[in-house]
Amino acid sequence: MEWLIQILNSVQYGLLLFLVASGLTLIFGIMGVINLAHGSFYMIGAYLAFTLSSLTGSLWLALPLGIVLAAALGLLLEWALISRLYRRDHLYQVLLTFGLILIFEELRSVLVGDDVHSVAIPAVLGASLPLTETLSYPVYRLFISAVCLALAGLMYVTIQKTRFGMMIRAAASNPEMATSLGLDIRWIHALVFAAGVALAAFAGMIAAPVSSVFPGMGNQVLIVCFVIVVIGGIGSLKGALIASLLIGFADTFGKVLVPEFASIAVYLLMAVVLLFRPRGLFGRA
Amino acid sequence: MKRSLLPWLVVATVLLLLFPMAAEKFYLQLVTKIMILAIFALSLDLLVGYTGLVSLGHAAYFGIAAYTYALASQAADPANVWLTLPLALAASAAAALLVGALVLRTSGVYFIMVTLAFAQMAYYFFHDTRIAGGSDGIYINTRPDAHLPGLDLADDLHFYYFVLALLAIVFALLAVVLRSPFGRALQGIKANEHRMRALGYATLHYKLAAFVLAGTIAGLAGYLAAAKEGFVNPEMMAWHQSGAVLMMLILGGMGTLFGAVLGAFSYVLLQEWFSTLTKHWQLLMGGFIVAAVLLLPHGLIGLHRLRIKSRAPRPEGDGD
Repeated sequence: MEWLIQILNSVQYGLLLFLVASGLTLIFGIMGVINLAHGSFYMIGAYLAFTLSSLTGSLWLALPLGIVLAAALGLLLEWALISRLYRRDHLYQVLLTFGLILIFEELRSVLVGDDVHSVAIPAVLGASLPLTETLSYPVYRLFISAVCLALAGLMYVTIQKTRFGMMIRAAASNPEMATSLGLDIRWIHALVFAAGVALAAFAGMIAAPVSSVFPGMGNQVLIVCFVIVVIGGIGSLKGALIASLLIGFADTFGKVLVPEFASIAVYLLMAVVLLFRPRGLFGRA
Repeated sequence: MKRSLLPWLVVATVLLLLFPMAAEKFYLQLVTKIMILAIFALSLDLLVGYTGLVSLGHAAYFGIAAYTYALASQAADPANVWLTLPLALAASAAAALLVGALVLRTSGVYFIMVTLAFAQMAYYFFHDTRIAGGSDGIYINTRPDAHLPGLDLADDLHFYYFVLALLAIVFALLAVVLRSPFGRALQGIKANEHRMRALGYATLHYKLAAFVLAGTIAGLAGYLAAAKEGFVNPEMMAWHQSGAVLMMLILGGMGTLFGAVLGAFSYVLLQEWFSTLTKHWQLLMGGFIVAAVLLLPHGLIGLHRLRIKSRAPRPEGDGD
């Protein structure tokens, strides 16, 4: 039964990572921008959950408010800064978004301080499912997995089955052609970026009650998401999903079996994939 | 272009040689730290500026040499430079060879992410295991001893000149390497790797050699940093460090050796200045980086170039 708990934890962690990694891989796949600040959006989400839920008294109110704020931040950033990076070398994208990380971390320190905070699990989901007489599993973690799965499904349907998804795919595969057919690429880029920011922030918000809210939480997630994107292949949502789950398992079981080397397990997995598939599992050659 | 920088190089060298006469202890140590970072920036310039490999994990090799030195000098007596320095450099070189062989299978944005990820792996290795004090790091009780008559590295002034000499050696070494057929091949790879391969160059071997050389020189900087501070911790390999050294290159102007040194000086002095203004200096630094990327595409060296260009088309020059 203990194994069941670890498996459920692995899936939950993996799916949560997928929400962050999917935005990262889409933003790269469609705009060709490598965004180091993506982890900051996760951090911002968690702090929004903390601030808004203590203001409004409920995580349920904080979630929609936070998503709107995060999406607005995404639109603003894309318009003011990110859109200027599309045609520039990756080096400058790395640097500008590195600068953004410093700004966001410091703003966080100025506005909320450097303490570790916790966010209460909503009362409705506060229960635990009994597995055996001594072991139980928190309902809230199952809720996280379910929401992430639903979002993954929604993302798939949007991109593969809707008209807007078709525009996104057109803009990704041939921007010039898409523009000459009358698509407003700038608008598509802005929306995709804002959606990526909102997804990462949402992941931070729903993770806040289980992971607590602390400085530097964004960087930790960012680098793991880089590993996911590398393993899955840049621009591939399917790859990101599978790699997220792989990482979820590697990390969770690593912590149980070899605690000192758990953080390294994730990178070893990446090294092995690189040896055999330098472009990732689902990367385009 | 190179020629026009030569007078500046001479001026800079003379200034650095004379600087200790006028400086207080604090500034002597600050400039020592900057020169160590300049060696670090030079090593990254070989990769980013000359070979076109944007590594975001260069701090790993800096840190590995620092840790090797720290672990090799836990005895009460000062460690011997001629034993510990080669050992530390070999450790960094070996790590760079191993990581380079893997990461050079990728390119472009993959390369950026993978170098970062492997550096993070090194970071966690020292952070999570108890090999060298975990996240607290370890102290080194004594400065190393070079066993040269008249040279006492425990003295800050002697250490300053030791670092300055090594900076000059690294600068000269890279200048020679870059003029050699090997260096020309690296610059060819940056300009057009496909063509270089078509010309019969085994580009992967060239890139790997550059990666190992850059890692080794970064190791030299790490060794000196550990010797100077008498302390190592995992933060030496944190990705903020890798990002900062990349920023030094951009600030100074990559693809020129002088630019790397200039960048190290400007970055650290800027950081010192910002931190006297406010506790939240990172905010200013972040804003500055964003502005620099948008406004200064060729670094500070680019301003110099710009001046030359704006002068060139004028029919009558103003004399120099």
